[in-house]
Amino acid sequence: MSADAEVNTPRPPASDELVMGKDGMGALVDVLVRRGFTVVGPTVRDGAIVLAELLSADELPYGWGVELEAGRYRLRERSDGAAFANAAGPQSWKSFLHPARIREWSADRVEGELVLTADQAPPPRYAFLGVRPCDLRAIAIQDQVLTGGAYRDATYQGRRSGALLIVVECTEPGATCFCVSMGTGPAAGPGYDLVMTEVVDEDGHRFWIRSGSPEGAEILAELPARPADPETRETARAAVTAAADRMGRTMPEADLRELMAGTLDAPRWDDVAGRCLTCGNCTMVCPTCFCTTTEDVTDLTGDHAERWRLWDSCFDLDFSQLHGGPVRASSRSRYRQWMTHKLGTWYDQFGSSGCVGCGRCIVWCPVGIDITEEAAALHEWTAAEPRGG
Amino acid sequence: MTTVPPPLPYRVAATWAETADTRSIELVPTGEALAPFAPGQFAMIYAFGVGEVPISASALRGRHGGLVHTVRAVGAVSTALYRLRPGDSVGLSGPYGTGWDLEAAAGHDVLVVAGGIGLAPLRPVVHTVLDRPADYGRLTVLVGARTPADIVFQDEIESWRGPAQVEVTVDRPGPGWQRAVGVVTTLLDRLALRPERTCALVCGPEVMMRHTARDLVTRGLVPHRVQVSLERNMHCATGHCGHCQLGPLLLCRDGPVVGYVRVVDLLLVREL
Repeated sequence: MSADAEVNTPRPPASDELVMGKDGMGALVDVLVRRGFTVVGPTVRDGAIVLAELLSADELPYGWGVELEAGRYRLRERSDGAAFANAAGPQSWKSFLHPARIREWSADRVEGELVLTADQAPPPRYAFLGVRPCDLRAIAIQDQVLTGGAYRDATYQGRRSGALLIVVECTEPGATCFCVSMGTGPAAGPGYDLVMTEVVDEDGHRFWIRSGSPEGAEILAELPARPADPETRETARAAVTAAADRMGRTMPEADLRELMAGTLDAPRWDDVAGRCLTCGNCTMVCPTCFCTTTEDVTDLTGDHAERWRLWDSCFDLDFSQLHGGPVRASSRSRYRQWMTHKLGTWYDQFGSSGCVGCGRCIVWCPVGIDITEEAAALHEWTAAEPRGG
Repeated sequence: MTTVPPPLPYRVAATWAETADTRSIELVPTGEALAPFAPGQFAMIYAFGVGEVPISASALRGRHGGLVHTVRAVGAVSTALYRLRPGDSVGLSGPYGTGWDLEAAAGHDVLVVAGGIGLAPLRPVVHTVLDRPADYGRLTVLVGARTPADIVFQDEIESWRGPAQVEVTVDRPGPGWQRAVGVVTTLLDRLALRPERTCALVCGPEVMMRHTARDLVTRGLVPHRVQVSLERNMHCATGHCGHCQLGPLLLCRDGPVVGYVRVVDLLLVREL
């Protein structure tokens, strides 16, 4: 965790740091649309802040905050009109980079021959507006999982390589957030094209904005902005620093990888299994969970078939199905699989934690299971049990 | 390519029965061919419209020069593959996974222990060792099956006798069965192993591999010279679908063949 934390202290300002007002946000969306991007960002819909295509900056959730608790999500009106003073909603950017359902290829029987055809549709070119630092890290983690090994997921790579990432640093963490514990926020780590920090005070509503890539710098140059003033910069930095002290949750001070490996037979798993509904919500809202299944379908002629890829969840009984039955039949083993993978074996497989501390799994668990509370309970067990840890 | 590439079309050159529910199929490319497979590596075989399953190559070069896979009909896809006939087409991708470490076995006695259809991924090992006797010490093949009728590659197993020591055991003998009865580990009792110079390659049901590997180590085999081939649900074979996890391992990527030392503790955790 300590090594990860280094990248998330406020970074020295780039030479092209600027300050822009609300009109700048409108111009930014216009520039992105003009450059051919499909702009995706937060907007209010169905009682939640969701990620959707934005045609103008007016659709941003100005004046909306959220109240988060285990198993609870509520919108809350804000008096300051801030657009990004709200913590993670139910969706993450994986919905766009690693879609829940996508056709991979088609198969046709043509005069007795099997003809297999890749899906050649060009990937959409996304600009993600309002990526949180925790979600920026989540994207980096999915990059490693899906394109960092011997095999590259072409679907993901096609969408990811064209995507522009516009990060908004976090100044309003939720009660379920613990990015500081995971070293992923509230300041932005590397990998963004543009980063901004929203400031609303007596001097007005404005954004301290910096570029992190040549394309980001080009876009920045097109915006109606003025050179950054020290007051705005310092206010913005102070707000991010203050956010770090207002995390609602924290992970236990322990090597989580060792903790997971050493507690596979802890009685706590029976306790959480008594509450877990194995609904898989935590895996669907998790910004790094990447598991998929395949579905092969045929049309009525029987001569045309398609391979579809769908999100899957390790909480599904079928997930570990072998010819003799599922390997992980109990809910105890399935919750354990999810949590030990996220916090432990992810390191072995992909070189980092699989958790970014966004807290979505806590919020969207229908029975309010809290991964930080479970980790703390396991940690206490190892402290009490000489054989653990 | 903006999405996952499709498999390559292969044609069934021949099929033949191994047991009442198990058939071997030999596949030849209709166009572009896959890279060569190593013993223990697997292919994803796509049955048109039904789905795709991971199956290890049971021979790297069949009579028609193609890849041979041996399929037991247990689910929808494997049943569709079981029913293939010469001339039919499938999609094939691979080779995937980490195969048997035969370099580690070079210069050593080779002990192959197979349970049921677990002999299929080990058969290319036997072929390799028989083809290159100077590179290896003694070859011993132990085969366990439920009943005499469930023994795969029966005729071929008999042909290995001579250059190899071959022992076969069944759980439930039928009339006329003259050989051993019992689980495959019981065969170890009657072997004159040279444990300090033996490499063991084990494939079968997980419980069989766990007991076999443990017994071999008890008998003096160096744990690092025991390899097992593990099985989990797989959908992608490229480390991206997440199904094949065994603790820290992604078995499609880090296996299916893994060193026993790497998994000895993992195999003791229930439902991992």
